Amino acid sequence: MRIVVDLTRCQAYAQCVFLAPQVFELHGEEVLLYRPDVPEEQLDRVRQAIAACPVQAILAGEEVNADAR
Amino acid sequence: MPGDPREGRIVVVGASLAGLRAAETLREEGFTGSLTVVGDEPHPPYDRPPLSKQVLLGTAAADATGLPMRREADAEWRLGVRATGLDPLGKRVLLADGDSLPYDRLLIATGTRARPWPHPEQAALDGVFTLRTREDAGILAERLAAGPRRVLVIGAGFTGSEIASACRERGVEVTVAERGPGPLVGALGGTLAKLAAGMQRAHGVDLRCGVTVTALRGRNGRFTGADLSDGSRVDADLCVVALGALRNVEWLADAGLAAGPHGVACDAGCRAFTMYGIVTDDVFVAGDVSRFPHPLFEYQMLSLEHWGNAVAQAEVAAHNMVSPGPLRRPHLTVPVFWSSQFGFTIKSVGVPAFSDQVTIAQGTLAERRLVAVYGYRGRVTAAVTLDMAKWLEHYRTLIETAAPFPPGPGAAGGRPLVTDFPIPSDVPDARGLSHGPTVALTGHLPDRRLTVVRSAG
Repeated sequence: MRIVVDLTRCQAYAQCVFLAPQVFELHGEEVLLYRPDVPEEQLDRVRQAIAACPVQAILAGEEVNADAR
Repeated sequence: MPGDPREGRIVVVGASLAGLRAAETLREEGFTGSLTVVGDEPHPPYDRPPLSKQVLLGTAAADATGLPMRREADAEWRLGVRATGLDPLGKRVLLADGDSLPYDRLLIATGTRARPWPHPEQAALDGVFTLRTREDAGILAERLAAGPRRVLVIGAGFTGSEIASACRERGVEVTVAERGPGPLVGALGGTLAKLAAGMQRAHGVDLRCGVTVTALRGRNGRFTGADLSDGSRVDADLCVVALGALRNVEWLADAGLAAGPHGVACDAGCRAFTMYGIVTDDVFVAGDVSRFPHPLFEYQMLSLEHWGNAVAQAEVAAHNMVSPGPLRRPHLTVPVFWSSQFGFTIKSVGVPAFSDQVTIAQGTLAERRLVAVYGYRGRVTAAVTLDMAKWLEHYRTLIETAAPFPPGPGAAGGRPLVTDFPIPSDVPDARGLSHGPTVALTGHLPDRRLTVVRSAG
């Protein structure tokens, strides 16, 4: 699973940092850094973070598979 | 006889953020025809903002930033092949491998590339980099991890400043050379540039403003340092050229479109203009390569290098490509931009360069937490927040409603304004900067150039 955080929307509520600290990290007061490639064992936590984000800024999905067709 | 716009052949040229979001939106909006996405890079669409942040810090691998799909685009991906030309009459996109793709409607989303150092033999020195692609970020991250004694960053725009920030965080000495009076001055104006300069120096950056780099020096093919216009010399192991971006329009040189150094001009519905200023109905434009009129900024043509604009404009372009005229939408999103550097998040809404005055509405320079509000002829046109992102929405509303400037006490959440009187926003002419501004007001006229001037690099 890949994630991208729409940092235009992100307001640093930090719910994701609380729910999946291995993936999301606050750097200072408002700088959100995250791992774009989510490790298998973090999937559940990241799904919770996606649901909990007050501004719904986290988008998850699979990368484009250019060979798919 | 035109058929249902949800059928036929659509080609998207550009396989980055705008191209991907457009492809997804086309399907979301019911497009059932054939969809081909062409990209000159060999990779599926990936996200670039982390390249100058997580990747340089070493917390994410350069090849780990692939963009997630919102939905299956059911497209044929032609990756690693460059579009070399456009035949608008025969309605074909010409590819570097000799192939050509017929289309009924075309989306141009070719974006930008890093402006190279103007002297190719100096740019070819080992240790001289630009930062735009996944490969750029990967090699630069590797070199930073190897512990260089000093890095020279040329240009103090957002990219240059983020690189300098990553260097300092990794404990690497860094010198930043900027021709203008301060970092980020092209995007934020002189007042906030002073704050940015203070932030850089407080984090140990050797910041040199008002200077240009006159030559990159090397020994045995390796970069060793640079000469500056003030006569000084910087010894460094690595050099990152962060001189802004060039729009990828060369492939359109013979296409008869209003394409030039500022991008491809289009209308509010993302339809490209020809070089005569006539709007097309089968060629659309989105993302960094576009140049479009915005009513909030006197219908001047805006060029934005913003993540959010690429998404919003791609969605509007895709919608319009598959919708009959009366159902088409205008791209009217207020520009929003963010950057993180030196532990702070800087966000901007509106166009700070479209201003004559600025006032600090909340927070203070001293506590490094503030909202600066920009005005033009008595109305609010932009706001910049430093670690106060929650306020951005509020100021967006003020911009959208053309609220009076300076904003009343209500604008500061019921508190009085920090500065009672606005001061000049001091936005410089972008031509005097090392870095390109990420927003350019390119005037009312379509580009008069009919040919693209290729840079020496």
